[in-house]
Order: sequence, then C-alpha cells, then structure tokens
Amino acid sequence: MYDRGKIIAGLVVFAGLTTLPFWYNIGKARVRPDPRLDTPAIRQMKEKHCIESKRFMIEYHMQMLNGWRNAVVRDYKTTYVSTSGQYFTMSLEDTCFHCHSNEKQFCNQCHSYADVKPYCWECHVKPGEEIAHGQR
Amino acid sequence: MDSDKRRFLRFMGISTGLVIGSGFLGGLSSALRLGTKLGGSALAAQGAVSGSLISSPSALKAGRWAMAIDLRKFKTNDDYRRCIDACDEIHNIPDIPTGQEIKWVWEEPYENAFPEQQNHYLEKGLKDKPILLMCNQCEYPPCVRVCPTGATFKRRDGIVMMDYHRCIGCRYCMAACPYGSRSFNFQDPRPFIKHICPDYPTRTKGVVEKCDFCAERLDKGLLPACVEASNGAMVFGDLDDPNSDIRKLLSKSFSIRRKPELGTQPSIFYIL
Amino acid sequence: MIEKAFYGSKKYWAWIVFLFILLGTCFHFYLIQFSEGLTITGMSRNVSWGLYIAQFTYLVGVAASAVMLVIPYYLHHYKAFSRMMILGEFMAIAAVTMCMLFIFVDLGQPMRVMNVLLYPQLHSVMFWDMTVLGGYLVLNLLIGFTTLEAERKAAPPPGWVKPLIYLSVLWAISIHTVTAFLYAGLPGRPYWMSAIMAARFLAGAFCSGPAILLLLVFLAQRFVKYRVGEESIKALAKIVAYAMSANVFFLLLEVFTAFYSRIPDEMNPFKYLFAGLDGHTALRVRAVLRPGLGIASLAILIPPQSRNNTKLLTVALIALVVSTWIDKGFSLIAAGFVPNPFGRITEYLPTFPEIMIALGVYTVGLLILTVLWKVAISVKEKTAA
Repeated sequence: MYDRGKIIAGLVVFAGLTTLPFWYNIGKARVRPDPRLDTPAIRQMKEKHCIESKRFMIEYHMQMLNGWRNAVVRDYKTTYVSTSGQYFTMSLEDTCFHCHSNEKQFCNQCHSYADVKPYCWECHVKPGEEIAHGQR
Repeated sequence: MDSDKRRFLRFMGISTGLVIGSGFLGGLSSALRLGTKLGGSALAAQGAVSGSLISSPSALKAGRWAMAIDLRKFKTNDDYRRCIDACDEIHNIPDIPTGQEIKWVWEEPYENAFPEQQNHYLEKGLKDKPILLMCNQCEYPPCVRVCPTGATFKRRDGIVMMDYHRCIGCRYCMAACPYGSRSFNFQDPRPFIKHICPDYPTRTKGVVEKCDFCAERLDKGLLPACVEASNGAMVFGDLDDPNSDIRKLLSKSFSIRRKPELGTQPSIFYIL
Repeated sequence: MIEKAFYGSKKYWAWIVFLFILLGTCFHFYLIQFSEGLTITGMSRNVSWGLYIAQFTYLVGVAASAVMLVIPYYLHHYKAFSRMMILGEFMAIAAVTMCMLFIFVDLGQPMRVMNVLLYPQLHSVMFWDMTVLGGYLVLNLLIGFTTLEAERKAAPPPGWVKPLIYLSVLWAISIHTVTAFLYAGLPGRPYWMSAIMAARFLAGAFCSGPAILLLLVFLAQRFVKYRVGEESIKALAKIVAYAMSANVFFLLLEVFTAFYSRIPDEMNPFKYLFAGLDGHTALRVRAVLRPGLGIASLAILIPPQSRNNTKLLTVALIALVVSTWIDKGFSLIAAGFVPNPFGRITEYLPTFPEIMIALGVYTVGLLILTVLWKVAISVKEKTAA
C-alpha cells in the first residue's frame, strides 16, 4: 500500500470529524425538560386542559400551529373548533399565551432540549416582552 | 491511467452521484410533504384527532372591499395624524429615520400623490394639500402577478394580503407596485418601535410589508383602524353591494383614483 | 478530467490561493449582511434594487453570449471557433453561477429561497427566470464536459449532444429575454417598460459577453502556450462590432421615443442619467462616461484596420465592457427607480460592504472560470501535442 501513513492519518481525522457531536457532548449531562403549567391563568382553571388532549398537543402542536398560520393568513379562517366543540381564536397572542404566559418555563424547556429554534418570536410578541421593551 | 483505477474512479463517481441525488430527492420529497402539511389537512392524514378550522361568525364579509377618502373632511393636521397614528400603533410600525423606512398609511402633497393631475392654475391650496396614501388594494395587482412565491396574494374579498411567513424578500413586488405602497424590512424593526402592541406581530428583517385594509380586524368584525379614527372622513364598504355606504357616497360625489390609466383598478377613491 | 485542475504551476496555485483569501474576506461581509439585513447596503424604500440585481442582469447577458460562438460553430460549421468554443461555454457556466449567487445575496430571507420551488407561481417572471437559468447551467455543463471528453478521447461527441446544442441556442436567447421581461412588464416604471428591452439586452449581451471572453483569452494566453487562433479572434471581434452597433442603435431608438414624444415620464430617467434631475447628479459622471466610451469603442471596432490590431482591439474591448457595464450593470436599475411614483428622486450609491459582497460573487465566478479553463486548456494542449 502506498502512502500508508497519509491514508491512516486521513482516516483518523475523518473518523474524528464524523463523530465530533459525540465528543463535543461527552460528559455534559442534559437536564430533562420540565415544562411548567403554573401560570396565573392555568391556576384559576377548574379543570386543567388545553384546547385538545395533552398527548395531541405534545405531539402535534407544531403541525397545528403551522396549519393555523396558513388558515388565518391565507384562508382568513380565524376560529378553531376543537374536537370537544369549543371555539378558539387561532392566535398565539390571543389564545395560547393567555395560559402559557411562561415562555422560559414552558416552551423553551423542550425546545432547548431538542435544540429546535422556532423563529415565531422574531415577529410574534412573547408574553411580557412588550413590557420589557417599553422599559428600555 | 490504468483501466482498473479508472473503473474504480467511475464507480466511486457514480455512487457518490447516486447518494447525493437520492439525498436531494429525499430532501425534496420531505419538503413537498411539509408543503402539504402547511395546508392544514395533514393533521387528519396522520390519523390524529383534531378540530376544524372555520372563519369567525362575526367576521365582516364583502365581494370587494373599498375605501372612499373624503378630502373635504380632512382640514387640520390632526385629522390626518389621528388616522396615521391609529394604524402605526396597532400594527407595530417602526419609526425608522432613514430612507429604509416603513410606511403603511402616510401623507403626500397633492402634486406628488397625483403627479399626472397637475396644472399651474390649480385651485388655491390644493397643490400642497396633504393626501392620505396607502396600498390601493388593486383589483388587478401587479405585485401579486410578479411575486415568485405567492407570499402576496389577493383574497376573495379583494384584499391584497401579505404572508410574512412565506416572503423571501426579493422585492420584486416593490418594483412592480406603481403606487410606492410597499416597504421592505432592511433591518430588524423592533428597536424602532416605541411601544410594542402585543396583539399584533411585528415583522422580521428581510420581508416586505404594506397596508392590508386591517384584514385581521375585518375577520374579527371590526372596521379598519384608520376608518374608525377618521370620524367619518373615510368610508369603508363593499363595492359589490349597490346599497353600501361607499357606493351611495361615490354615486353622488366626484371621485378620482391614483393612476387609473395603468388598469390596476385601485380600491381607494378620493373625493375632492 | 477534473483532476487536471489539481496539477498546476506555482503561478496557478498562487492565483487560486489569492482568490480564496479574497473570497474569505468578502464572505465576512456577507455574514454581516446575513445577520444585520440588507440595511448595510445603499438600497432604500425608493430604490429597492441595486448593485446585486444589476450584476445579475449584466451577467445573464454574459452567459447568453456563448451563442455567438455556438451559432457559427455548430449551425454554420465555422471551424475557426473550435479552439475558442469550450472557453465560451465554460465562461457561461461561471456567469450563470454568479447570476444565481447575485439573486441569492439580494434576498432578504435567503433561508427561504426554496419557497420559489415549493410554491411555484407560473405567473411570476422571477419563477421562470430561476427555471431557465438553472436549465441553462445544466445544459452548458452537459455540453461542455461531453464535448471536451470526446475531444480528449479523439472521438466524435455522442449523438445526443447535438439536439442539446440546438436547444441551448434557443435557451440562451430565452434566459436574457426572460430577464428583460422581469423589467419590461412593470407598470409605473417607464424607463423599463419598453418593448425593445429584450432586444436591447440581447444586443448588449452579444457585444459585452464576447468582449469579456476575448479579454480573458488575451489574459490567459500570457500564461499558457495554448492559442485560440488569429482567425477566431478576428471573427469574434467582428461579431462584437456588429452587436455593439445594434446596441447603440437600440438605445438611440429609446432616446428618440422619449424626447420626440416629450412625455415627462419617458424623458426623466434619461435626463437624470445624463444631465441630472432637479439637482440630483450622483449618476451623471458615470452616465456621461458611457456614451463616450461606447463611441470610442465603436470608432476602433468598425474600421477593419484598427479592429485587427490586437493592441487597439484590447483598448476598444475594455472601453466597450466599461460602457456596457455602466449601462446595464448599474444605471439601468438605479434609473428605473427615478423618479419614484411620487415624482421624487432618491439617489443610490452602493456601500462598501455591498461592493465587497458583489466582489465576493465575482471571485466565486473567477474561481470557477479558472478551474474550468485550466481543465479545458490542459486537455486541449494534450490532444494537440
């Protein structure tokens, strides 16, 4: 075999680079996500439930919000009729944030754990953000 | 090069090509799947239980929304300011002091708003009279025609809408708009918004924006903010309904529109 | 075949390294634009397109100009172009790549660029422009490499290339026509809304593209033994002379229509460019330079004695490229937005970061061109030996 040294060195570098994520995260314990529901609005609810079942919301909230944004902007449908027959305005600000006013303890818990970065907040105003902005 | 080596290289080349190709196809198909998901029907397709999406029962509906601006009723500076501020506040319009500004509703002197309607002997005071300007919500909008992604589109009720989620920021619509109604977010607008209104999203850098006749308010059953603030100087209604206030007003007053010769059929009428 | 790009002289490698360093520097400015937004450019609400889109427009022409070799060589069997052909095709590849990059760096939301394919809008000229540019790139890659490979093997190119070559002729015309349609169909922009826009674009392309090709060939011949041949240079220079004459003629037609009709909307952009309008004169110097250089280039190109003199020809070609660049690569876009729909004038000059980003795209083009020409010339030199 020609250039044995170069080839082996190259392979080692290649293997090192491709497994970099493992080396990078070694020894770093990731805290298990712990989304919190104790906001003033939720505390006041007699029966604590979201617009759909907990399981559905955990699994499909992203598709649901995606569908909502298109329905509202492109089909001017603004109302969501839940499977239990309740009406909700399809809006982060007017509906979701009413109860989930704790972005850090709720949304970010799983989002940071899964390292997803939804860019909703570039435009949509986070609960409490307008106050922080006003104080600047 | 000997033939073995060549065959090996060819094999490697073909297989790399296949891998890249299939990766691309995979990416494309998942992107397409995402596209259908955006339609909202994917929830059902995935076997997940979910509710239905309907328009609000209180939404205002029309065949073609239009606005008549009665310039006779705009007298003081405050008459204009009220309308402009009402819009700016609820829509989080940033106040950018450079040429890269954002404007939804603003004023221009008559001679700039109607450059083709000029003459040296215009009625006293008309030449410099401020005219309230905004997106004309054209019946045949050039911006919609040129948009490469459908990010700007015309609703069935005539409103020319912006989908800020889809806009790629190519600014072709700005070149196409003959009325200068569109603004581009050259930068993040948030630092330039004095007070952020939490009910309405701000925009992000890199997208185009404009007046949309307060579509979000109409869908809730409210009139556009500027109309509400105008104390009757602006009349909003359905052009397709012969009994609407706007049709009645237009039938008994002399009205003009901006650049009618371009055939875009603006939905904003000015009553002199 | 591509391995030929990995063996080269010290000068070759120094040039490649230089280009990479330049590219890295320019890329830094793109990263700033990526995070800050297009606010770092000189563009504004009133002049919403600038240097990037202008370069895109100019380079579509350079890409399309490869047909000035393809038509004589493949349709008329003009064999003198055989040593120039591949260089033209490879230059088109570099030019199309730059076009796509210029569109990309101009986007406010570059991460969403695939939306154009995810939600295709058949009524948008921009969609068709992306489609034809992509197609032209593929066509040139296929044709260029297949014919070169055939030449390396000293065999005739495979039969399926011929139909592709004929298609590429139509395709080249279409890329620049569609690019003209980007502008020529917009109401309210009188400087652009002209039926002769596509014809003017093509005439401008067919002189500036071959002129750039000739200048690059002259430059390359200083470093390699490969020669394209006197006859092909003379023939291409003749094509440049005719195309430039047509280009100037078409421009004069525009000037006549505007100034004889005396419609202010038609006249204002010309007045703005050549005399300045209401005291706004930022572009005047450049615009006045344009006819001067254009006429100078024609004065050398039209008489055969001066055209066939390599030194004079070089001067004429440089003048021509600068003149057409000022026309299409700059003032076409800026003047299209002047005056704005309110009769107001906003001046536009690119900022330093904007120029650096544009330079970065040109660097990518130069890299591609260098590598492709290295491959082509290495193959050609070997088969000739």
